[in-house]
Amino acid sequence: MRLLKQIAFATALSLAAIFTIDQGHAEDLKLGDLVLHHAWSPEAPATAPVAAGFIEITNNGKTDDTLVSVTTEISGKAQLHEMKMDGDVMKMGEMKDGIAIPAGKTAILKPMGMHIMFTNLKSHPKLGEHFKGTLTFKKAGAVDVDFVIEAKPM
Amino acid sequence: MKITIAGITAFFAVLFSVLLIEFIPTQGEATSTIQFGAPFKLAAARAGGTLDSKDLIGKPYGLFFGYTHCPEVCPTTISDMSAALAELGDKAKDFRLFFITIDPERDTATAMNDYLSNFDSRIEALVPTPTELPKLAKDFHIFYETIPAEDGNYTMNHTALVFLFNAKGNFTSTIAYDETKANRLAKLQKLLAAK
Repeated sequence: MRLLKQIAFATALSLAAIFTIDQGHAEDLKLGDLVLHHAWSPEAPATAPVAAGFIEITNNGKTDDTLVSVTTEISGKAQLHEMKMDGDVMKMGEMKDGIAIPAGKTAILKPMGMHIMFTNLKSHPKLGEHFKGTLTFKKAGAVDVDFVIEAKPM
Repeated sequence: MKITIAGITAFFAVLFSVLLIEFIPTQGEATSTIQFGAPFKLAAARAGGTLDSKDLIGKPYGLFFGYTHCPEVCPTTISDMSAALAELGDKAKDFRLFFITIDPERDTATAMNDYLSNFDSRIEALVPTPTELPKLAKDFHIFYETIPAEDGNYTMNHTALVFLFNAKGNFTSTIAYDETKANRLAKLQKLLAAK
């Protein structure tokens, strides 16, 4: 009887663990060989004309792909940017050829690196809210992504 | 009137003393503080009117040069500084952060005022005119340049430091973009304690 209880308890724990893992992966989106993870945007100031978006994209395939364009429901336009610190000077440039997602690699858009710049903002979602965007890749095609408004990691 | 050698000597002795008193302290000051920046008078978007740096004596302050069409560095810096001021509370009641636009063509006083509406009231927006900006940038060693985009708009490259000045108006240190929250708070606390 005691053994049975232990088994039941262990089973419950395992199920809980599986459920937790499943939840962790729930945010990930698949598009062909691409896995899109953690699409987020920091809360923009009240009337800011622009905002930034970040995401991680893994290419599990054997051929390279490229993120070529982004559209969202909150912005008139979006550009792909690379930001670099040159000493204390922030330098930002448009990535006109898109963001490369090489085969077997992960492209990470994060603060101090690459970002999507949303321009002509129509609305300013607050912390915890989210908005829909569409990412278009050269090979894999288009996919809808939900950007969550999050605080910048400390 | 009789001019004596003793009289001439006395006159030059007094003159020499006056010059000595006048110049020695100045030289002493020049070697003990870093000369950075210059007095400024700029349009204040939140308070209205003109802000004169002379009126800041007794109040420590920070300067940050940026623009509202900036996607990452500027909103992050303003937001981080706003959070730091909220955390410091009354300890930083005399502190002011000035967000100075390097994009006066697009950043009107109204745009700057609206942009700051959800941030700490100790953050003020200053709007130099296109003619005031180059001198200001030179005085504070700020780099800025316009990068045209394909759609006719533009982005900007610029110095992304927060410059800190003590209550005497002397430059003391900077806060860099990638510094930690703990560092930012420590630097502000040091500045406030030195008052």
